[in-house]
Amino acid sequence: MGYSAFRIFKEALSGHKGWKPVWRKAEPKPRYDIIIIGGGGHGLAAAHYLASKFEQKRVAVLEKGWIGGGNVGRNTTIIRSNYMLNGNEAFYEFSLKLWEGLEQDVNYNAMVSQRGIINLYHSDGQRDAYVRRGNAMKLHGADAVLLDQQGVRDQYPFLNFENARFPIQGGLWQPRAGTVRHDAVAWGYAHAADKSGVDIIENCEVTGFQITNGHCTGVTTTRGDISAQKVGVAVAGNSSRVMAMAGMRLPMESHVLQAFVSEGLKPVLPGVITYGAGHFYVSQSDKGGLVFGGDIDGYNSYAQRGNLPVVEDVCEGGMSIMPMIGKSRLLRMWGGIMDMSMDGSPIIDKTHIEGLYFNGGWCYGGFKATPASGYSFAHLLATGTPHATATAYRMDRFSKGLMIDEKGQGAQPNLH
Amino acid sequence: MIINHPLLGPRDASEFSYLGDAALMQRPDPKSETAAQDFYAYQYLRQNPPGELRELWFHEQGDRSYLVVTRNITTHEITQVELARDMALAQKTGSGL
Repeated sequence: MGYSAFRIFKEALSGHKGWKPVWRKAEPKPRYDIIIIGGGGHGLAAAHYLASKFEQKRVAVLEKGWIGGGNVGRNTTIIRSNYMLNGNEAFYEFSLKLWEGLEQDVNYNAMVSQRGIINLYHSDGQRDAYVRRGNAMKLHGADAVLLDQQGVRDQYPFLNFENARFPIQGGLWQPRAGTVRHDAVAWGYAHAADKSGVDIIENCEVTGFQITNGHCTGVTTTRGDISAQKVGVAVAGNSSRVMAMAGMRLPMESHVLQAFVSEGLKPVLPGVITYGAGHFYVSQSDKGGLVFGGDIDGYNSYAQRGNLPVVEDVCEGGMSIMPMIGKSRLLRMWGGIMDMSMDGSPIIDKTHIEGLYFNGGWCYGGFKATPASGYSFAHLLATGTPHATATAYRMDRFSKGLMIDEKGQGAQPNLH
Repeated sequence: MIINHPLLGPRDASEFSYLGDAALMQRPDPKSETAAQDFYAYQYLRQNPPGELRELWFHEQGDRSYLVVTRNITTHEITQVELARDMALAQKTGSGL
């Protein structure tokens, strides 16, 4: 039985005794058609689309801990499609379109809230760059509005417009961007995938790949060997570690990115704001906490916690554009492990091992990409060809000079 | 994080720029037959293991020396700090690492 307002009413009358677990605890079977390693947002989304859109019947998701315990539960919940480069913008716009229909598709309330994002600009040069970006977005069917200072003031009168060093001149506004209840994305995809017959197997760590004559025929796990025709890896943060078991070296490093929540405040921030002269992005959760983040710590890390210099740096960024947050206290912070790729863009591709597929390298941008990443990965796994919006995310693009360097930083993972 | 500089004593990590895996000190031979492939791997591919990693830190806001820091990247614990110069010289004279 699905979730609906009617269902809540009905359960209320019967003492809420009819609710069932959102997904069942599946036991591993010896054989599947497709195995997805990694029960995070991307893996669960891929499983859902494999079962619902590509009619794959025997699919399993293997997760070493509990589902949604990685970066889908450790981000700043922002969705947007304000990219510029050809290889990226169509993909992220596809993702935003999938977000818009997500809750009906998976029959789960993920609190998708299109409250808009404004990227602030602080100089004429930055405004011109945002004009170009906005035009690129519109060419791909996304929405973009260039705001002057008054336009930003109308929405956010409390920002530090007269900052002597970085005055706010205006912003690039994407009204369809917004925030999503992050954990509910994992649960929603798990719910829908489970309903279409996908086995979601938690506490099942993959310890190796079965590879013979260049073919991947399955995996070994802490709960026994499982064979499969195709294996897809979606384990962002641990990509290098998992793919090393298949003898591969990847163009990426693992870095820690911190996010922060202030104590609960009355509604003050209607949408998402990003600072154009520092790295700071903020929104307000429905519970009232300001959710914000900044740069990665900048050194390789597998620890899901960061260090204090970045905390200070992010808070300084916040004080610089929104001095009023100085009155609120930082409630908690956490770190997630990012696959920082060499050009700042992801990889969704086959590997040189037949039957082994890879999805990773999401850098800062994994959460907003969840639906399109899952869809594209499912497309690749089911049909053997990349989805039309993900054709640029090739594994070999670095050796061919086809980088998608949105930030123009070169092969410096700690700068992307 | 505090990096115990061999010459200057304990310094805050925020004084340093991070340059990644110390394996990058060994550049491939540009005259080799496979130079193109070797430089691609050198530039883009990383071992990126969890646990202990030897990495290069540049003391940008200090004495501008390059350090090789042995750090457990799963716990952030630093166990050894050496001058990259000493290590490179030792390598050059063949006395080994």
